[in-house]
Amino acid sequence: MSALLEINHVTKKFGGLTANNDITFSVHENEILSVIGPNGAGKSTLFKMISSFLPTTNGEVLFKGERISNLRPHIVARKGIVRTFQETTIFKSMTVRESIIVAQHLRAKASLAGYFWGTKTAHEDVESFGHYADDLIEFLGMSEIAGEQASNLPQGNLRALGIAIGLATDPKVLLLDEPFAGMNHDETMSMVDLVRKVRDEREVTVLLVEHDMSAVMKISDRIVVLNFGEMIAEGTPLEIQNDERVIEAYLGSADDEIGI
Amino acid sequence: MLKLSLTQWIGAGVFFAAVFVVAPVTIAVLGRTDLFYTLTSVGLLAIASAGVWLTFYIGRINIGQGAFALLGAYVSAILVTKAGMSFWISLPIAGLFAAFVAVLIGLPILRLKGVYFAMITLVLTQVFTLTALALPITNGAKGITSIPLPGELSVLGLTLIPDFATLDNPRQAFYYTTAVLMVLTFAAMYRLVNSRLGHLCRSMQQNEELASSIGVNIAYIRIVIYAIASFFGGVGGAMFGSIAQSVYPSSFQVADSVNFMLNCFLGGLGYVFGPMLGTFVLYFGWDLLFEFGKYQMLIYSSVLIFLILVLPNGLLSLRLSKKRGQDK
Ligand SMILES: Nc1ncnc2c1ncn2[C@@H]1O[C@H](COP(=O)(O)OP(=O)(O)O)[C@@H](O)[C@H]1O
Ligand SMILES: [Mg+2]
Repeated sequence: MSALLEINHVTKKFGGLTANNDITFSVHENEILSVIGPNGAGKSTLFKMISSFLPTTNGEVLFKGERISNLRPHIVARKGIVRTFQETTIFKSMTVRESIIVAQHLRAKASLAGYFWGTKTAHEDVESFGHYADDLIEFLGMSEIAGEQASNLPQGNLRALGIAIGLATDPKVLLLDEPFAGMNHDETMSMVDLVRKVRDEREVTVLLVEHDMSAVMKISDRIVVLNFGEMIAEGTPLEIQNDERVIEAYLGSADDEIGI
Repeated sequence: MLKLSLTQWIGAGVFFAAVFVVAPVTIAVLGRTDLFYTLTSVGLLAIASAGVWLTFYIGRINIGQGAFALLGAYVSAILVTKAGMSFWISLPIAGLFAAFVAVLIGLPILRLKGVYFAMITLVLTQVFTLTALALPITNGAKGITSIPLPGELSVLGLTLIPDFATLDNPRQAFYYTTAVLMVLTFAAMYRLVNSRLGHLCRSMQQNEELASSIGVNIAYIRIVIYAIASFFGGVGGAMFGSIAQSVYPSSFQVADSVNFMLNCFLGGLGYVFGPMLGTFVLYFGWDLLFEFGKYQMLIYSSVLIFLILVLPNGLLSLRLSKKRGQDK
């Protein structure tokens, strides 16, 4: 397996605080890799650097051998690396379908002026956005809520919408920051299935941060563990469950528990 | 190209009839040609307000449109008086120059959000006024006066617009010109808002981070929108200068910038035609309160505060909620 994404000696400092210290690992094409660790370990910070929402202090991130760190977010998105947000981040006053249509921005063939004047390419785009949105909505099983305004949706649906918006960009790598937060067990398990289906059928490489250990163990091909900004372990779910440093890190913190 | 519903066609028809037939005929019957000037002012203020509305559409409170109106007025006045250029050519140049300056100013300030952006734009009008006072080309406090009326506009020997100076009633000519410009402005706005650019603006208004995560170059779109917005300001200002035949550093002041913003609030930020209605209501509302003398400002402000509290989505939301009620 070849490395699709390489995190090379990445360090992030916020003033005196080192949120990520010399992190190095790689992500293979079509795998689901989870980044876990106690609160404040630096997981979200790492995701923000991979998606260029934050610059690195040191080190770089490579996608297919090309540097993607320290650029601007929309440029990284154009290359196919798209993040979702830890907080439910959606377009509040758009419907599910509208959100998915607007998120297909990168697939547009016509220019913005073309849309203004209503050129043929623009019309074709609009039509194709609609079809693509309907396909995606069906794929995600969101048909029933397609016409709902996002602000009226319950928490569980909002998470799914966040992922749908990310998927609508047709990404190669999807970074999901706590996609199952606020969901009950059943919802989480159906989301786990959905993420696997996304990987299998849409050939998306998935990186995710998650606290729900049963979900992490079920979904991940590999796991990277962060603690106080340091990468303390990397391996398959089985290896991680039996790693002493990991167990120690989790026992040492009050609010997280590794589900083994 | 544009798919309009029956109601929209009827609405557009009524609007065109009111602007191009009913208003001029009424004025002719009443013999009140001064009303041409009043309605022209409303139209031009509505054009400038349209720009402010557009910046709202990307989630920025713009209290600096007066600066660009002033800029447009000076650019046109200088081109007409000093370079002998036809007003009709100076008009788009005034708009483009305002757009160009908006790009230069927008690059640093559009990174700011909320109250920070609003405060900076609030200062802009004052800065432009002071600049006009200081520069030699703008003739300082004396301003630029005796600007000739717009001359003839002809293409290939065909006269499209006659020389205003030869007309019995140039005010009427200014009225029609403004009406056409206003229609073009709002048609362009409607088209823009309902095209992909409009959708991207909405996505940015709701969440800039998410918009950039789906690949939207938010910095670029902000600049484009601010430039278009300022273009409207420049064109409106240039027209004003031509009608008044003079431009002074005080032609557009901070209060004007505030009014442009209030027009948008009052009409409704969610509706393209909001600024037009808002301008109309505020302009005539202010005039109607003239009777109250020194209480004019007090009543005006109170009514405004009340309206914004009761109708946070603007006057046009009335129409929509009524419609929704009927559907049920
Ligand atoms: N923008 C920031 N400025 C300063 N400190 C930050 C910033 N973002 C995160 N941090 C700090 O960096 C550390 C890691 O945060 P984060 O990456 O959000 O952790 P996690 O997602 O693993 O819970 C925390 O101590 C946090 O307070
Ligand atoms: Mg986090």
